[in-house]
Amino acid sequence: MAQAASKIIKTEIYDEGIEKGIERLTQQRIDQVINHVLKNEVGARLKTYVDTCVHCGLCSEACHFYLSYDNDPAFSPAGKVKQTIWEILKRKGNVDAEFIKRARLIASTECNLCRRCAMYCPFGIDVAYLMSIVRRICHLLGVTPKYQQDTVHSHAATLNQMWVKEDEYIDSLMWQEEEAQDEIPNLRIPLEKEGAEIFYSVIAPEPKFRAQLIYQTAVLMNVAGVDWTMPATPGWDNSDMCMFSGDIEMMGRLKKAHFETAMRLKVKRIVMGECGHAFRSVYDVGNRWLLWKWPPIPVTHAVEFYYELFNEGKVSVAQKYDKTVTFQDPCNISRGRGLHEMGRYLARTLCTEFIEMHPNREHNLCCCAGGGVINCGPPFKMKRILGNRAKAEQLFAVKARGAETIIAPCHNCHGGLDDIVHHYGLGMEIKFLGDIIYDCIEKPV
Amino acid sequence: MHEIYNFVSGPLVWISFIIFIGGSIYRLVSMGLLAKKKDTVIYAYFSPKYALRSIFHWIIPFGSVNMRKHPVMTLVAFSFHICLIAVPLFLFAHIILWKESWNISWWFLSDATADFMALIVIGSCIFFLVRRIVLPEVKYLTTVSDYVILAIVAAPFITGFWTYHQFFGYKVMGIIHILSGEIMLAAIPFTRLSHMFFFPVTRGYMGSEFGSVRQAKDW
Amino acid sequence: MFDAGSWDWDTGRRLISDTHQWKDMFDWIEEPYVSPDGEKIASVVRKEEGEYSICQNGTAWEKTFDKVWYLKFTPDNRLTALVSDMGEWTVAVDGNVWDNTFDFVWDTRFGPDGQNIIVAAQKGMKYFVAMSDIPWDNEFSTLSNLIISRDGKRAAIVVQTVPLKEGEIFKFQEGCYSVAVDGKTWEKNFVNVWDMDFSHDGMHVAAEVRTTLYDYTIAVDGVPWDQSYSSVWRPKFSPKDGSVSAPVRIGGNWTLVRDGKPFWNRSFGQLWHHMYSPDGEKVAAIVAPKYGRWTMAVDGNSWKLTFGDLVTDAVFSPDGSKLACIGKEDGKWTIAVNGKPWQEKFDMAWQPVFSPDSRRVAAKVEKKGRYTIVIDGRPLKETFAAVWDPVFSPDGDKIMIRAIEDKSDPGEYYRHIIPVTDITG
Repeated sequence: MAQAASKIIKTEIYDEGIEKGIERLTQQRIDQVINHVLKNEVGARLKTYVDTCVHCGLCSEACHFYLSYDNDPAFSPAGKVKQTIWEILKRKGNVDAEFIKRARLIASTECNLCRRCAMYCPFGIDVAYLMSIVRRICHLLGVTPKYQQDTVHSHAATLNQMWVKEDEYIDSLMWQEEEAQDEIPNLRIPLEKEGAEIFYSVIAPEPKFRAQLIYQTAVLMNVAGVDWTMPATPGWDNSDMCMFSGDIEMMGRLKKAHFETAMRLKVKRIVMGECGHAFRSVYDVGNRWLLWKWPPIPVTHAVEFYYELFNEGKVSVAQKYDKTVTFQDPCNISRGRGLHEMGRYLARTLCTEFIEMHPNREHNLCCCAGGGVINCGPPFKMKRILGNRAKAEQLFAVKARGAETIIAPCHNCHGGLDDIVHHYGLGMEIKFLGDIIYDCIEKPV
Repeated sequence: MHEIYNFVSGPLVWISFIIFIGGSIYRLVSMGLLAKKKDTVIYAYFSPKYALRSIFHWIIPFGSVNMRKHPVMTLVAFSFHICLIAVPLFLFAHIILWKESWNISWWFLSDATADFMALIVIGSCIFFLVRRIVLPEVKYLTTVSDYVILAIVAAPFITGFWTYHQFFGYKVMGIIHILSGEIMLAAIPFTRLSHMFFFPVTRGYMGSEFGSVRQAKDW
Repeated sequence: MFDAGSWDWDTGRRLISDTHQWKDMFDWIEEPYVSPDGEKIASVVRKEEGEYSICQNGTAWEKTFDKVWYLKFTPDNRLTALVSDMGEWTVAVDGNVWDNTFDFVWDTRFGPDGQNIIVAAQKGMKYFVAMSDIPWDNEFSTLSNLIISRDGKRAAIVVQTVPLKEGEIFKFQEGCYSVAVDGKTWEKNFVNVWDMDFSHDGMHVAAEVRTTLYDYTIAVDGVPWDQSYSSVWRPKFSPKDGSVSAPVRIGGNWTLVRDGKPFWNRSFGQLWHHMYSPDGEKVAAIVAPKYGRWTMAVDGNSWKLTFGDLVTDAVFSPDGSKLACIGKEDGKWTIAVNGKPWQEKFDMAWQPVFSPDSRRVAAKVEKKGRYTIVIDGRPLKETFAAVWDPVFSPDGDKIMIRAIEDKSDPGEYYRHIIPVTDITG
């Protein structure tokens, strides 16, 4: 079994972006890029982490890849560092194209940057940071999975993730407004309303093909009487695959556009939809590259925003969701922002029966889609699904105790869990909090 | 033999302490300066409150989830580290040396206790060695240097135990004991043993990020 | 520039419209917009089910539409909106629609005199710019980043010049984007083109471009600089000599370069939104002298005053002697002028406005949901339910306050002209 599973992921997966990328590499270019990154872009953290790691292996069980691939040590967090950063440092950057290919695969398709291992390493070594360095090197060398690179190109050309054109985005908001007016005649999605309290930002998949999420949010905002707006210019998208591919210059450009849109609209804060990676980019990573210590306009994740609405009584529950639910804590808002208790408050408020999966809260296992992994596309799908058998086992256990629905307040979690639920035959439903809120709240008749 | 003894117990002690203290300061200061230049985030987000909160949870046995998952390792690791530090500091024979040289002294362990604690260190080193050989995830990460470091740490205790019990050739062993202790001291700043003083920094930084930015636990 | 001198500057308060009464007329009223001269207030309203229009000073336009949005007054006080009827979009100006219709239209822009009205438009999945009801001859598969020249007579926009299917990553990297100026495309393609600037005479365009995934530079009229950088921000033309300067990233820090050569002799952790004084003698920029601290720098010298959250909306006085910006610290907003902050802090502040004689600076601010105007740090005693940016009279002695009051009858929109000294003392 161990060999079988490992074999699948170690056999060749053809990815045009990676293969053609390494074809173009020269030894000189590899040396130049690695030495540039080591000399100019990283410093004390890398050095200290490498010098401090005592090779104890205690991080291993933190990783869902390690657990899912039958404790194959090559998938332990430190094991991934050994195969990449340690080698690069040991050989002073003198590595070949095949090595770069393997490094890209490890850093981008075998690690979700979920940061769970930082909670298992006695020294708090940030393996996600080390993997980001590897990704950065691979980006500068032009070795990036095709699907991810295409997304990054979309970000660059349109400032959104899905090649959504300026007019298409506005049009889909107007379309959702019109649809929702059939239900609530005076409902409005206010565009470009300067001075509104809240700028509601989304990731491009919402206007592109999950427009019902915008519909649901519009209903919630209108029912709760929130003073909100959405921009009609680029900068509306909060997502960021550039952060994950290693194109940090583009990451900066995206976050600048996003925050400057908020500043232009004179809003008090940005409320964002149920997305984890975008929250990480806006709240924790992108702002830093631009030198904003904290988001210049405060950012509130949907889970926290919903919590406020229910806690302050701005919306109330008409009838509870009657299936037994469990709660998937997305890495970027639990480990990344401690929103797990608010998530539970909402689950209990909205649903008749809530049960925990184990582990949970900060210790929950990643969905294996985050960190840009699902964005690497179909070639890596099976590797990702098999790489999270641990999640399937976690879900089987909670299903055995009665859970029928998984609440996952994150787009990547949805994608990842959806694949896991199908592949392992879990037969569970996956919902956004927004789905349940829409179904359950008191609406004007 | 006497000359060698004089050398290892005289100038070499000075040298090893100078390397240990000077080297440690150098490593910390140079890393601090490098961080200031290249990793400003460390200073920007470092929070004494959250750093201490995290360190506290990680220096209390079974204070973190991972420690509870590996009870034997936790027990061994804590006993090992406590004994590793306590034995050389509070060994009666060492305190005599301090007294003779500097006329200073402090509380000490009974010889029997110290003896037992030295055995704990030695036993722990054997445990770590076996772990490195037997556990695949540890073996995978292990390099020659890990064995060398383990040997450097174990040596002063094995030789000290040997000398104390006056086993065969204990006089030579005594010299080797002093020498190995000096090697260990000198090695601390320049090997992964530097985790001794980088632990509060790395743990504290991660604790700060988790505490003040991410508002979550990291244990 | 529009002629503010011809506006009514007689001191006093004049009721323009009681928007509260509109509520009796319509069941749907959106947020109001006010003309630069303060004489008009308008909102999108719904006349009947599915029939939207605009109510201006209490009178609705005759025409109704399926959808109305993006209300904007031109600098010469005409009201524009983007409207759709039977699925066809166009521009409406003071109740009259353009002859041309489109599948979509957005991003309305004007020149300083308000004569030209420019929009981005799409018809049959082809994209182009339309200027005062005249569409460009050339169409493109997509466009973004519309800019117009300072006289409002020319437009430039980023266009895709090479067809690209999703997933064609190597083709993308060969360069599929360029700039169209008045419909005519630059010869050279780039991997990306972003923010642009027209020269002051409107004859040239400079743009942020990327020539590979890693090489950023500035292209002027389609010709990239020889130098490349790890990133760049928006370029600006000097009003004085037509040179082009831009913030660029070198070795992890940002500095200002001019025509590809060093300009400022120091670098910052961040540097963006640089701007010339009207005479072109000075250059200022928003900078971060260290991590998480923000301020303004003039000719490379930064203010001592810094803000932790952000600095934005900087503006030079007309004579170039003063520089004002918005700063935010610990969630509170204020205005800073030449390195000195106003004492009072606000929940929100708008871009400061200088008097034509450069002596005074005023700004709209908000505190606890109430709005007012502050001049030189001194707030007007009154607060309002809504207020618009202040406007100084041409001689700088008076200030126009456009505000909605809610003391007696909530929703009365007034136009006040008051002597500046009433506020400043």
